[in-house]
Amino acid sequence: MRRFFWHAPVMMLFVLATTRVYAQDAMRGMDRHAMPMQDAGASSEIRSPDYSGDIGDGPMTGMDMRGDAPLGMLLFDRLEYFDGRDDHGAAFDMQAWYGNGANKLWLKAEGETAAGRLRDLRVEALWDRPVGAFWDMQAGVRHDAGIGPDRNWAAFGVQGLAPYGFELQATVYVGQSGRTALRFESEYELLLTQRLILQPRFEANLYGRADPQRRIGSGLSDAALGLRLRYEFSRQLAPYLGVEFERRFGETATLARDAGEPAFDARLVAGLRLWF
Amino acid sequence: MKYMKRNDGLSVPMPSRRRFVQGLALGGTAAMLGGFVEPAWALAGSDQRRVLSGTTFNLEIGKTEVNFTGKPRIATTVNGQLPGPLLRWREGSNVTLRVTNRLRVPTSIHWHGILLPFDMDGVPGVSYPGIAPGETFVYRFPVKQSGTYWYHAHSGFQEQTGLYGPLIIDPPGNERIRADRDYVVMLNDWSDEDPAAIFAHLKKRGDYYNRGELTARDFFGDVSRVGLKQALAERKMWNEMRMSPRDLVDVTGATYTYLMNGATPAGNWTGLFKPGERVRLRFINGSSNSFFDVRIPGLKLSVVAADGQDVEPILVDEFRIAAAETCDVIVQPQEDRAYTVFAQSMSRDGYARGTLAPRPGMKAEVPRLDPLPLLSMTDMMGAMARGGHAMQGMQHGAMPGMDMGGHGSEPSPPTHLPVGEGSAKVRHARSEYGNPNVDLRVETPRTNLDDPGVGLRDNGRRVLTYADLHTIGGSLYPDPVTREIELHLTGNMHRFTWGFDGLKFSQAKPIHFRYGEHLRIILVNDTMMTHPIHLHGMWSELESPDEQFQVRKHTISVQPAQRITYRVQADALGRWAYHCHLLYHMEAGMFREVVVS
Repeated sequence: MRRFFWHAPVMMLFVLATTRVYAQDAMRGMDRHAMPMQDAGASSEIRSPDYSGDIGDGPMTGMDMRGDAPLGMLLFDRLEYFDGRDDHGAAFDMQAWYGNGANKLWLKAEGETAAGRLRDLRVEALWDRPVGAFWDMQAGVRHDAGIGPDRNWAAFGVQGLAPYGFELQATVYVGQSGRTALRFESEYELLLTQRLILQPRFEANLYGRADPQRRIGSGLSDAALGLRLRYEFSRQLAPYLGVEFERRFGETATLARDAGEPAFDARLVAGLRLWF
Repeated sequence: MKYMKRNDGLSVPMPSRRRFVQGLALGGTAAMLGGFVEPAWALAGSDQRRVLSGTTFNLEIGKTEVNFTGKPRIATTVNGQLPGPLLRWREGSNVTLRVTNRLRVPTSIHWHGILLPFDMDGVPGVSYPGIAPGETFVYRFPVKQSGTYWYHAHSGFQEQTGLYGPLIIDPPGNERIRADRDYVVMLNDWSDEDPAAIFAHLKKRGDYYNRGELTARDFFGDVSRVGLKQALAERKMWNEMRMSPRDLVDVTGATYTYLMNGATPAGNWTGLFKPGERVRLRFINGSSNSFFDVRIPGLKLSVVAADGQDVEPILVDEFRIAAAETCDVIVQPQEDRAYTVFAQSMSRDGYARGTLAPRPGMKAEVPRLDPLPLLSMTDMMGAMARGGHAMQGMQHGAMPGMDMGGHGSEPSPPTHLPVGEGSAKVRHARSEYGNPNVDLRVETPRTNLDDPGVGLRDNGRRVLTYADLHTIGGSLYPDPVTREIELHLTGNMHRFTWGFDGLKFSQAKPIHFRYGEHLRIILVNDTMMTHPIHLHGMWSELESPDEQFQVRKHTISVQPAQRITYRVQADALGRWAYHCHLLYHMEAGMFREVVVS
């Protein structure tokens, strides 16, 4: 319980940070565009976009426009081999979607295998809908597998592009028996050249209550900071090399140590980023 | 290695890339591979073999194998030719065009810029259901105008895969413009990729074909030149807005090979002349998604017609031609030497090229591509970027005194307007707010027409602008304007959605013009891209900023953060298409139906 209180502020901070970025973004939009300018000459007056004069739509036989045609995408942001201090294995992080501009089915999966066995797997199935020029709202379910019993959660989050081009994902989860969790992920793309791209990545997971069977403590459980340098042979295929630092915190760190795993690990990674 | 050499030295072309950009010397349709490298389409004084003239035409749309880059591909063609045959009509005649579809999918031909009954206009879903496989559709209509036009498919992406051709209409009497030689110069953008794949790529990643983004190298270059603080300040606003100053066009030389009269740059289309002759060049931008900046080093271009309509001749060094525009120029080469016809893409990633020469087989130096420009503050916020009291309205720290000029951006264009003017009141549509498909709204658009546009400002050459164009004889419609319709060009670069007033075609109702009314259309470009807007069936009479008649056109290119107005006489009953002529913008939603009743 004490740990929970200790980490509560950290958790709050993440929630606040994410909502603030989103809210500020909306506000900034208001400042810059929506609100009338101070200069009277530039003030906006709102009009209707409807010039139809109530004439109806005629038949549209043969009309062929792709504006709403559904598309699908499969992205392996990470598909890599890692070599850590004490272990090595393979990890992947993928997203896939199908749908049009208004509605998409969005799948996310992230997992890790080491010593021939699945250590951690998170799969999410979400309904995605745009809520702003740069932001999508996502709601759905999450399933965890790996060490300990499987867990299921309801998921609700935002995904989008923050000012300065930071890609953000922030998702709140509610599970059985009053479990709650928060996941935050951010990536950035720094173009060293048109093809050589440095990608810093940050991820943090927080839990409302401990789940010792899955070696998870309450509060901030783990965070990862990665740096990957990829070369885009094409837009869709880019091999990379990188490093990733993983740190478990508090109770989670204790549970890891008890299981003979380190609380901190630095890994070299090599993999492929590809999409279709 | 597919990406382009620019003269900033950022990337080095690989041999395969050179062939990709330059194309094969003998690329093109089977007809061209048969040795068709001598001048095509000379209207006067040379080869006539691909010209069809008269009043009855039989056209077959089919599939033809082409090879522009070393890879065989299947193009959609008219009578097996790419571009299709030159059709030559005469004003005052009645034409009959039998178009047979030999494809497995529906097709269509639209006669671009032609005044005709709406059911002859060739837009599936609006004018007719299209031409089903195996079917023949007969177009029949009187020809009521003259000049340089073109035709193209209005079905799916068939225009991108080759279904286009030039259309020349002779005046009923003598040609007013005297010329010893008369050539069509049709510019196109060819891709080996399936255009549906290009569209999907853009939907998944808006900057898929942009290989000119600013990099860390540019940043460090700026730091050493202007200091860290200034380098950061220059990027602050773009970064905060999640926009790129290098977002000039969506599809680039990363996939396109640019063609002149169906010939790759290496293929070198050649038009012959004798020194001292007056040569008329009828430029047609028949590309799907490209703007070209055209010049002929060593020659002044006398612009004599725009979109088929004669204008008071104006002497320039260079002009920008948007997709679907046409521009007739007269040149008078005096020397016994070759001249390069150079049409570089606005995104500076390739060019179409041909040669004017006294004898076949001659070549002249091909200029280097100009440096890749950056969008300026003018392109982002219109008149506000020019400073003055309007600036105070900008609640933005980075704004005042911001100078993007450092890394190749251009200063604001020259303007005769006093500070603080040049902007008109904008009325955004309700649907532009809280709309994920709108990533920008411009509060103080610029209204001046004397800006040649990004990449052409202050380049040391005399570049044509819309302010230079004056249609001979003035407006056709002297009646006062009875109604105004304001529409905003909107989009979201990241989502690759485009529309009018934030609404995609599928979300919008038709626009109603009352038969006989004289309208003023007000377009405000709330995006950072240039959009050539085309109204079918009726002329668009562009106005100067003080609402005086300027020039009569069928396609009006609206620059970023620009507000332009034009008059339309709603004298053509029926249903018409109204859209951005960048094919991928149209397909993504920048399309409306106009109903005149």
